[in-house]
Amino acid sequence: MSKHLLEINDLTIHPKNNPDLLLVKGVSLKLREGKTTCIVGESGSGKSLTALAIIRLLSSQLTVSGDFLLRGENLTLVSEEVMREKRGQEIAMIFQEPMTSLNPVLSIGYQIQEAIGVHSKLDQEQMCKRTHELLSLVGIPADRAASFPDELSGGQRQRVMIAMAMSCNPTLLIADEPTTALDVTVQAQILRLLDDLKTQLNMTMLFITHDFGVVHDIADEVMVMFKGQIVEQGSVKQVLSTPQHPYTKALLNCVPDAQGKKALKPIDYEKLDKLMAAL
Amino acid sequence: MTPILTAKNLVKTYTQTQGFFSRTKHTIHALDDVSITIERGKTMAVVGESGSGKSTLAKSLIKLIDIDEGVIQFNGENINQIGAKALKATRKNIQMVFQDPYASLNPRMRIHNILEEPLLIHAIGTTSTRRDKIRAMIVKVGLSPEDLTKYPHEFSGGQRQRIGIARALILNPELIICDEPVSALDVSVQAQIIQLLKSLQKELGLTYLFITHDLRIVRHIADTVFVMKQGKLIEEGKTDIIFKNPQSAYTKELLASIPGNNKKKGNK
Repeated sequence: MSKHLLEINDLTIHPKNNPDLLLVKGVSLKLREGKTTCIVGESGSGKSLTALAIIRLLSSQLTVSGDFLLRGENLTLVSEEVMREKRGQEIAMIFQEPMTSLNPVLSIGYQIQEAIGVHSKLDQEQMCKRTHELLSLVGIPADRAASFPDELSGGQRQRVMIAMAMSCNPTLLIADEPTTALDVTVQAQILRLLDDLKTQLNMTMLFITHDFGVVHDIADEVMVMFKGQIVEQGSVKQVLSTPQHPYTKALLNCVPDAQGKKALKPIDYEKLDKLMAAL
Repeated sequence: MTPILTAKNLVKTYTQTQGFFSRTKHTIHALDDVSITIERGKTMAVVGESGSGKSTLAKSLIKLIDIDEGVIQFNGENINQIGAKALKATRKNIQMVFQDPYASLNPRMRIHNILEEPLLIHAIGTTSTRRDKIRAMIVKVGLSPEDLTKYPHEFSGGQRQRIGIARALILNPELIICDEPVSALDVSVQAQIIQLLKSLQKELGLTYLFITHDLRIVRHIADTVFVMKQGKLIEEGKTDIIFKNPQSAYTKELLASIPGNNKKKGNK
């Protein structure tokens, strides 16, 4: 069995001025080193909040409690300066919207160099070299470094975001719906790229998505979130083929399958509430 | 039976000007000689990626954009040349449901007024018959008559899409063009809306032209599929046949890209 890279214990998030409204309630999870863990859930289930809490990027209007242990080191105790070092270097993140996460007035090469420069003391020449390496790593010709974000397609922009995330060889990559805004064929390419990079660079990946198809393709382990709680977790095979929790079962019934064999069944929330109350 | 709509050899080009001084012109074929036949009472799905021309096709069929060449016949009547008045009458029979339920409802109008507007435009009924019609329609799409006094922001995405569907149905159209109606919704809500569309089709004998990029949904809703790429028709046929035995390389690639089909290597 592989070790755990990150452990979250009893994560709870609520707005500062409303302690009764629990957005994330007592989430505990462990990420196995070198594996891809998917958090899957609908809008508002708390999956993105959980991810942002790990990297400490949540709004100051939210109160976060709970422990994060990265290789045994408690991240909740470290100062903001130390956290800033860790962000990018040990934990990197890619976001959903590749259009809005890049600065439109700076070339992509400059933006990648910026990411490298924050965490290392390379000279200009070495930085250029590293930028070119990173671009070819994600499948963009190195001579595109001078291009601006608007000259790239959506898939290429997401590749640039991945290159930036890879710049300091992070041990943990958090990907928050990185393929949701992309066409299916491009989505398939990006998923393959992330999976290859994970193996090649020996990363651990926390992948957030609402699409069970994507989960099936990329995950080793799955956690299903509903109303701020993890209702089910296990290996991808366990959760997808033999779901235990009534919500997971109901949600899987809503997912259209490419074979068209099963009928779509919307969630009956009254029945679900009863089943969940009985647990 | 005659098809509800046929379009032959549609062409739509956009010109793009490049360079500030030299003004080189660059022609983009949004629709490149596309012909489509939509059978009555059936669901036809148009699939393709961004930029494939699927939305341009939908908009040209309802004459929201003018085509450069081609013939469009609705119920056997040529709608290319008809005047504004006749076009308005035709549009009553072709309605559209849009992708973004947040952007397609006027935030300053109450739901009652949103649903009444099409009836007013077409001068249908009196105030009281319109009210009855609207109340019946809102129940039909799974909301309650109390919701009619509310504003769009009081509803969730799925509820707004129900309102969008009610607005499209209020004129008793024969053909509904759905432009990615569920792609902005969560899967559980998506399943509800698809089921609603299916049951309305059964009840009212509607014809759907369903535009989407999600092939999993196509499998569940469409009788026939129309695959587009770069403004051209790539392949069309019965849904089952296209899924089981795709002919073109592009359709094969699309089908192979459906998430959930690509088992990770070493993860059996």
